[in-house]
Amino acid sequence: MQTSKRPVIARRSVLLLLVLAALLVPVPAFHAPQTHRISIDASQFEYSPGRLTVNRGDTLQVTLTASDVVHGFFLDGYEIDARVEPGISQQFTVSADRSGKFNYRCSVSCGPLHPFMIGELVVGPNEPLWRASAIAVIAAAAMLIGAGTRRSA
Amino acid sequence: MAGERHRRHCGGGDVDRRRDPAVGVKTLVRKPPADERRLDVLGRMPRLRRVVMSRSFQPVSMLLLLAPFALAIVAGLLGTSAGNRNFGIVFVWIVWWAVLMVLMVPGFGRIWCTICPIPAPGEWIQRRGIIGGGGKLRTLGLRWPRRLRNMWIQNVGFLILALFSMIILTRPTVSAGVILGLAGVAVSMSLLFENRVFCKYVCPIGGFIGLYSMAAPIELRVRDTQVCVDHRSKDCITGNERGYGCPWMVYPGKLDRNLDCGFCTECLKTCTMDNVVINLRRPGADLAKPGGGKQIDEAYKALIMLACSIIYPAVLFGPWATVRGWASVESLWGWAIYATAFLSATLLFVPGVFWLTVFAAQRRSATGVTIRQAYREYAHSLIPLGLAAWMAFSVGFALTNGSYALAAVSDPLGWGWNLFGTSETGWTPYLSGTAPAIQAAILVGGLLFSIRTTLRVGFRHDPSGTTATRAAVPVVAFLLASTLALLWLYLG
Repeated sequence: MQTSKRPVIARRSVLLLLVLAALLVPVPAFHAPQTHRISIDASQFEYSPGRLTVNRGDTLQVTLTASDVVHGFFLDGYEIDARVEPGISQQFTVSADRSGKFNYRCSVSCGPLHPFMIGELVVGPNEPLWRASAIAVIAAAAMLIGAGTRRSA
Repeated sequence: MAGERHRRHCGGGDVDRRRDPAVGVKTLVRKPPADERRLDVLGRMPRLRRVVMSRSFQPVSMLLLLAPFALAIVAGLLGTSAGNRNFGIVFVWIVWWAVLMVLMVPGFGRIWCTICPIPAPGEWIQRRGIIGGGGKLRTLGLRWPRRLRNMWIQNVGFLILALFSMIILTRPTVSAGVILGLAGVAVSMSLLFENRVFCKYVCPIGGFIGLYSMAAPIELRVRDTQVCVDHRSKDCITGNERGYGCPWMVYPGKLDRNLDCGFCTECLKTCTMDNVVINLRRPGADLAKPGGGKQIDEAYKALIMLACSIIYPAVLFGPWATVRGWASVESLWGWAIYATAFLSATLLFVPGVFWLTVFAAQRRSATGVTIRQAYREYAHSLIPLGLAAWMAFSVGFALTNGSYALAAVSDPLGWGWNLFGTSETGWTPYLSGTAPAIQAAILVGGLLFSIRTTLRVGFRHDPSGTTATRAAVPVVAFLLASTLALLWLYLG
């Protein structure tokens, strides 16, 4: 007994369209660009502040200090790498032109927990998070609906 | 002869039967469901078969790995205290861990247990040799207590390691002590008990490898269970001149899940009926089987591993330095708070929420399945997502810290050597901008795999399918919530 494949193809096409929409629909930014002057202190084994939140298009003028030993500051995705010694601050600028979460981490061996000396820069709107979450929700719903209709057909 | 050829090509399944000259170009035999299709790997790859069938295959693999593990212990005890410069830390917790969780377990199931050097010395003492085959094992011959023939010791062992993971991951001496301790327990147990009792019931690493190996696309099985039933001598259990009786104390004729098999390949060698095969199969074919998860310990293993896969990235890579300090035992009170929260989350909160989830699922279905049975079986749906979560964790850690391996291999003890000219290689994070996208893709893939398993469990409980999808909704919601939490940790 041959069943028609059309409904299956139609369901998969709808799912594909929804996933593409989740991937491609732009998330608008409603904030005018700002310049933030931020001081970040590095110490064993944390950055203070440990989490920064800005909007896409903003500029960060960072003053980096170290309060105990030599530390580094590497910003994932932006590939910014700075080194700071106690008593000598470092200044650099970050143009937050990419949205998402970007970890900043120590790039100079500073002690046992050095690989876990991590902070977070969140550039909103956090498109990667929303897109990934939307895809997960759509795919989960599609699998449930697909399984239900397949059985009831 | 034709039958033999058929078996080699098809691995006992019906996958290519329509093309088999012994049966005919076209027959009325229906293609089996995708979950039941198998491909006999060694039948298709005779050279690989010769390697695997060789008596020296496993011992040589173990010996090759024993060298870097011995160096890791020496480096841990005598080398620099800077973890990212010490071969012991870099080799074990960056290189080995990443290869294990990203390649070996998802791709090859229990292949690590085939070549793991930790139980090797004990096994060689039992056998009074390294390569020889089929002799009597020399131990005190104690029997492992029946009430401990489960995963609870592995669960507890993993939780203890997990509780102290910040120290183990960062202090070379502690790391070396853990490896030495595991090897010491393995050797001691080999002296007391026959076979791989340590690997099967105690090893905290083997526990989760076994669990997650059920999602792998590879398996060791028999072609035809009736051949095993009819075969009186049961060489796979007793051993013969070609090999030992199953060190994992499994009767291959009844083997139906990767969890129970250590992939040591002894049964391949001892089987005089050529009835043992290594198959490629659809990933996750072991999940959602009837009676799967016979005990609650297995469900707890899946829950503990999923909970840890959420806690680990939060503690290790999150912005909460205070929690990290507690986890690294900077103060006893801090660690006590962390340990209480950690154990509450892994043993009470997550299993409790999952129980409520399964309870809701059962309320929405009209099956005669008990809540206990449903809990055990739906817990299998956590396995793909848990594995994906550990893969995402390991990918991120390896890409960020993998470059330390170049320096450590040239200067394993941190004493200023430069064996391969790479000791001055600086720290370089790889794919730092795209790693989150890779992690997200892995997590969403794991979610879909888990939902598929949930639906299979649901439809098995209710073959009519009238309430199966409704019953699956709470479990899918649990899986989705876990995935969103993980996505937030990595991307949010």
